[in-house]
Amino acid sequence: MAVVHSAPRFTQIDGLKDRLSAALGHFLVAAKEEHGELLLTVQRDMIEDALRLLRDDHGYQQMMEIAGADYPGRAERFEVVYMLLSLTQNSRIMVKVTASETTPVPTVTTLWPNAGWLEREVFDMYGVVFAGNPDLRRILTDYGFEGHPFRKDFPLTGYVELRYSEEKQRVVYEPVELAQDLRTFDFMSPWEGADYVLPGDEKADVPPVDEPTTTDSPKDTGAGAKTDKEASEKVSEGAPAEETSGKDRTPAPKPTEDREKRPARKGKTKDTPAATQPKKTAAAKSAGAKAKATKTTRAKPKGKE
Amino acid sequence: MAHGLTIEQSPTTGDEEITNYTINFGPQHPAAHGVLRMVMELDGEIVERVDPHVGLLHRGTEKLIEHKTYLQALPYFDRLDYCSPLCQEHSYVLAIEKLLNVEVPIRAQYLRVLFAELTRMSNHFLNIGAHVMDVGAMTPNLWVFELREDCMNFFERASGARMHSAWFRPGGVHQDVPEKLLVDIGEWLDNRVPELFGDAMSLVMDNRIFKQRNVDIAVVSREDAIRWGFSGPMLRAAGVPWDLRKSQPYDVYDRMEFDVPVGTNSDCYDRFMVRVQEVYQSARIIKQCLAEMPSGPIASDDRKVSPPKRGEMKQSMEALIHHFKLYTEGFHVPAGEVYVATESPKGEFGVYLVSDGSNKPYRCKIRPTAFSHLQAMDMMTRGHMLPDATAILGAIDVVFGECDR
Repeated sequence: MAVVHSAPRFTQIDGLKDRLSAALGHFLVAAKEEHGELLLTVQRDMIEDALRLLRDDHGYQQMMEIAGADYPGRAERFEVVYMLLSLTQNSRIMVKVTASETTPVPTVTTLWPNAGWLEREVFDMYGVVFAGNPDLRRILTDYGFEGHPFRKDFPLTGYVELRYSEEKQRVVYEPVELAQDLRTFDFMSPWEGADYVLPGDEKADVPPVDEPTTTDSPKDTGAGAKTDKEASEKVSEGAPAEETSGKDRTPAPKPTEDREKRPARKGKTKDTPAATQPKKTAAAKSAGAKAKATKTTRAKPKGKE
Repeated sequence: MAHGLTIEQSPTTGDEEITNYTINFGPQHPAAHGVLRMVMELDGEIVERVDPHVGLLHRGTEKLIEHKTYLQALPYFDRLDYCSPLCQEHSYVLAIEKLLNVEVPIRAQYLRVLFAELTRMSNHFLNIGAHVMDVGAMTPNLWVFELREDCMNFFERASGARMHSAWFRPGGVHQDVPEKLLVDIGEWLDNRVPELFGDAMSLVMDNRIFKQRNVDIAVVSREDAIRWGFSGPMLRAAGVPWDLRKSQPYDVYDRMEFDVPVGTNSDCYDRFMVRVQEVYQSARIIKQCLAEMPSGPIASDDRKVSPPKRGEMKQSMEALIHHFKLYTEGFHVPAGEVYVATESPKGEFGVYLVSDGSNKPYRCKIRPTAFSHLQAMDMMTRGHMLPDATAILGAIDVVFGECDR
């Protein structure tokens, strides 16, 4: 595949894979060249020797980075990847070993002093133990932190949260309490490997019915080709388009403001009593009810009477 | 005459032995450039041992990235080293592009280089100013902050955000820049930078106090610099002419003509001067970008990677679907693993990206520049005086957003 991307172009040495594979000999487990990167997997216990060989005999002077990665499905779930850089040959390679929680990886602090912190970080984040590292403390997490947060089975929210307690006048640690569920959306297309059941998909497993419903054939419905010439002739033309002239149109309704006003009410009360008005005495109430009754009869439209 | 008058003896006078004592430098110390706690063992004023405690700004960025799509993860990179946001996006987008093997239009490559260099200038302005202030001078810092403010305005005009631009995208950049912006950057480089920056540096470079505080402080041999995994100005100050822009060019850096300044003594003064010279070299690169930049598209036309234009979306159903899919599901990256490192202003900033073929990164390890440098703090500071620690820290150019991730 032609390289069209514009990522950093370091020297691609011809036959580097074969040369390094031969040099590493029995240290080597696998060698892979992919995306323009050379990946060498070596035996875990031999990593120090392998890297010393690469540093001293093959000119990879700098170790830029150690990355951990977690693949919980594997027997040895962790990968530790060492990124080597050659300043003289302008080349980069990655060397990796696999490890589990219980299998220590030999330290490379003997080769590069900066491996110290990088190994501490992998230990902190994944719990990979580096045998021989003189100072294998946690580095990035909090003092007194428990667990290894970058493992795939460690929840994104963590287990504890801290806040300043006004009562105790200090920072207190508490179990995480989420005000709402952690929102993780899976936008993977259902056609490309979503691993949940889509609504409606549960019907797919129901056994098919005895007599499947099929679309009616043309002979059942009368659709399709006409039987003879007469039938195929048009019986009538379509209805003519409706002719409209501006005059016939019903005019727009008059604006509501122009409506006739209702005749003024007769009697004492001008309107129904408001809800907040104080209760009246029984006599006054009956008088009010009378007035109401007269009002309702009056309000009826004349035309209907 | 002096009956009964006895001079009181101080409890410490006498032949008591002065023992080493331990102090906490930080986490809240203006010269710690953020939240760095250094447990220092002092013999008088001489530093015997330094144990930097990092991680006070650890936010689990790498874990958060694993739970986001490739595009959603991009803004996290602005927030790592918040002094040079675009340079970090650069590593990330190049890593994605390397896995996708997608072609980036030439104008986008020029724009990226231009803004990466502008970021480098802005980062160096901050570091130079802060370094100078750490060792006691106030004025130059204020002057270079003016220039930094100009850079911020340019970023704002390009992306809408002063700091967290999120402007580099897989396949190109987010939006084209207005023509006037390019004109203004050119004018700024011609008129304002040489004047203001030149003036500020003329106050510092040959200043006796500044030299007393920096020359021959924290001398690191060339071999040590390589062994400790130094990169960027720290490595170049040790006399190693190593610049990823030259040796492993990305985007259009291979078309640019620029020099790689190196130091001779590998002390704090050299590290400072390498950065000063790099500002001028960055200005040179930007001018070449401005002169040579062609017109054309600013993002890949691969609709499975970069979204269609908004106008197109209003006309074409297919464009609308592409847009919707890109901003919900995101794009799928072929399985594989790459380590892509670029020359950020502080050194080698790398991204180790593992893809399992889905729309989210399986693992995204960020290689911070400051981690290796700060680790050598003990080696560099040992035997120096306490106030030298601030000069050494200033010359490392450490930002904790990136160091702690």
